[in-house]
Amino acid sequence: MYLPKLEQFHKYKEMDEGVLGIFETPEAIMHAAEKAKEKDYKGFDCILPYPVHGIDEAMGTPRSGLPWITFFAGIFGCTIGILFQYLTHAYDWPLNISGKSLNAWFAYVPIIFELTVFSAGIYTVATLCFLSGIPKATRRILHPDLTSHRFGLWIPKSAKGYNESEVVSFVKGLGGSEVTVVKPENQK
Amino acid sequence: MSLAQAVRDKLDIPDLVTGGKSLKDVTVDIAKPNEDFPTKLWWNTFLLVLTITLIDVAIIGYLFYEGLYLLGINNPVGWGFFVVNFVFWIGIGHAGTLISAVLFLFRQGWRTGINRAAEAMTIFAVLVAASNLILHVGRPWLGFWLFPYPNERGPLWVNFRSPLIWDTFAVSTYLSISMVFWYLGLIPDLATLRDRATETWRKNLYNVLAFGWVGSARAWSHLEIVSMILAALSTPLVLSVHTIVSFDFAVSILPGWHTTIFPPYFVAGAIFSGFAMVVTLMVIAREVFNLKNYITMKHLDNMNKIMMVTGLIVGLAYGTEFFIAWYSGNEYEVFAFWNRAFGPYGWAYFIMISCNVLSPQVFWFRKLRYNIPVMFVASLVVNVGMWFERFVIMMTLNRDFLPSSWAMYTPTLFDYAMLIGTFGIFFTLFLLWCRIMPVIAIAEVKTVMPQKEGAHH
Repeated sequence: MYLPKLEQFHKYKEMDEGVLGIFETPEAIMHAAEKAKEKDYKGFDCILPYPVHGIDEAMGTPRSGLPWITFFAGIFGCTIGILFQYLTHAYDWPLNISGKSLNAWFAYVPIIFELTVFSAGIYTVATLCFLSGIPKATRRILHPDLTSHRFGLWIPKSAKGYNESEVVSFVKGLGGSEVTVVKPENQK
Repeated sequence: MSLAQAVRDKLDIPDLVTGGKSLKDVTVDIAKPNEDFPTKLWWNTFLLVLTITLIDVAIIGYLFYEGLYLLGINNPVGWGFFVVNFVFWIGIGHAGTLISAVLFLFRQGWRTGINRAAEAMTIFAVLVAASNLILHVGRPWLGFWLFPYPNERGPLWVNFRSPLIWDTFAVSTYLSISMVFWYLGLIPDLATLRDRATETWRKNLYNVLAFGWVGSARAWSHLEIVSMILAALSTPLVLSVHTIVSFDFAVSILPGWHTTIFPPYFVAGAIFSGFAMVVTLMVIAREVFNLKNYITMKHLDNMNKIMMVTGLIVGLAYGTEFFIAWYSGNEYEVFAFWNRAFGPYGWAYFIMISCNVLSPQVFWFRKLRYNIPVMFVASLVVNVGMWFERFVIMMTLNRDFLPSSWAMYTPTLFDYAMLIGTFGIFFTLFLLWCRIMPVIAIAEVKTVMPQKEGAHH
């Protein structure tokens, strides 16, 4: 049976201290991600200007678990829609319209549908914002080209077996064109 | 040459981005209109539409100081231009969602060139539509009565079985989901603009707008899934909104309105007019912002084909209405349609037929589908026709069951001012948006370029 797993809700981790390698092509970043996974640098990340196909498998990140949120939020919205209309029309303020049943539920369907969609959409996006660490306007930008045409490999200091000089030479060995050691005190 | 490119060449599939652009070129080209100082043309157009908007706002103020008697509405024609405009604009909005959601689910790569502008068009069109909806109630300051809320008047709730309340829920859900979908897609592109900004004020502005997006692969993986989810949610949503708008009419017992064909007929009409508006805007945008490599003739060709197909569907619906009116043997129904075509508003009916059914037939010819002036004129004509379609439907009210209660509807200057004002508001918002945010989805266009692929294939 397909059940949600905690690691599917992987979170964005702040990039405060670690090593950043910059690559020129999507092939290079894909290769780098595979090697970093082999090296088992826990919590490493790639910075991409657009979603590169297949990078999740290369990095070993599981598929996002957000559809689960959509599913349960949809059920929640649907329930609210049914209950709210039923309770207001049949109990709190019963209105006899053309002698129809007080619980003429066919007419509730449009609003039930709208509330289901609304709730599913909004809760999913809220969870996405939480997991991606947005909005946060004061975040440091590691390199301006990373949102345009270059690709970054980020290995944080918190990674297991992190050794600065070793990581720098590892990233250089992968063909990283620029390798920077990022420290909190360098922050602009 | 990559294998994928070789296959495309062999199958003669046109590139979605022409001109041999690199990833960096894409960023530079698309960000250019946002970074340069606006041209004279932009300023002139903007000032013109802004003036129209301001005049419209003043007139709206006067209208509510005096009352709705200034409009041409009367008894029996209680629904005038406001509702015509509402249905027209909400229809325009549908193409945006269709392009961004339905074409996304069908994995149509060509949507990436046009989806951003189409989504923005949706938002502004729905805002304009919603403003008409609120204004037509006459006392817009009490508009919140449409929402269920705990109030001090005892157990008093809105009537959830009323199509007008369905409208409120449908339009507000549609607006919020479309806005979220649109903005979510914009975040990575705003981050691109932030990182390219040189002036401090610009950097600060985009820093706030971009929400602190860095482009982490973990965030991208969530974002991609959410785009898919929102597309899957918006697709039935877009069908439901215009279906519910059609219920405003179809749930009544008026001949000519009380028909089951209304929901699909309204949805097809919405897509039809929406695509016409997208073509109008894209033809201008690619020219003005020099984006011919991103909004290619292939894009326009595809949109023209959709316009033609939906035009045919709408034409079929017009025919079916007449056939069913005759076939039902209901004399009121027969009269309603006879009156539509040959009654006092017959001229509007024939404008509608010639604009909506005849004009898109030019797109049967490949040469004309690839001809910019032809498609531009056709798209404008279709929009005129679709406005008249809603006008014709509304004018069904002028002759109902009893000849003693028949009356004509003559729009006043205020009606026309409101109509022109909707265009003013729409284009003011659209022009402002073009300057601040990228007209084309930068990140998404990059995913359909030949050099996008990684090693995993």
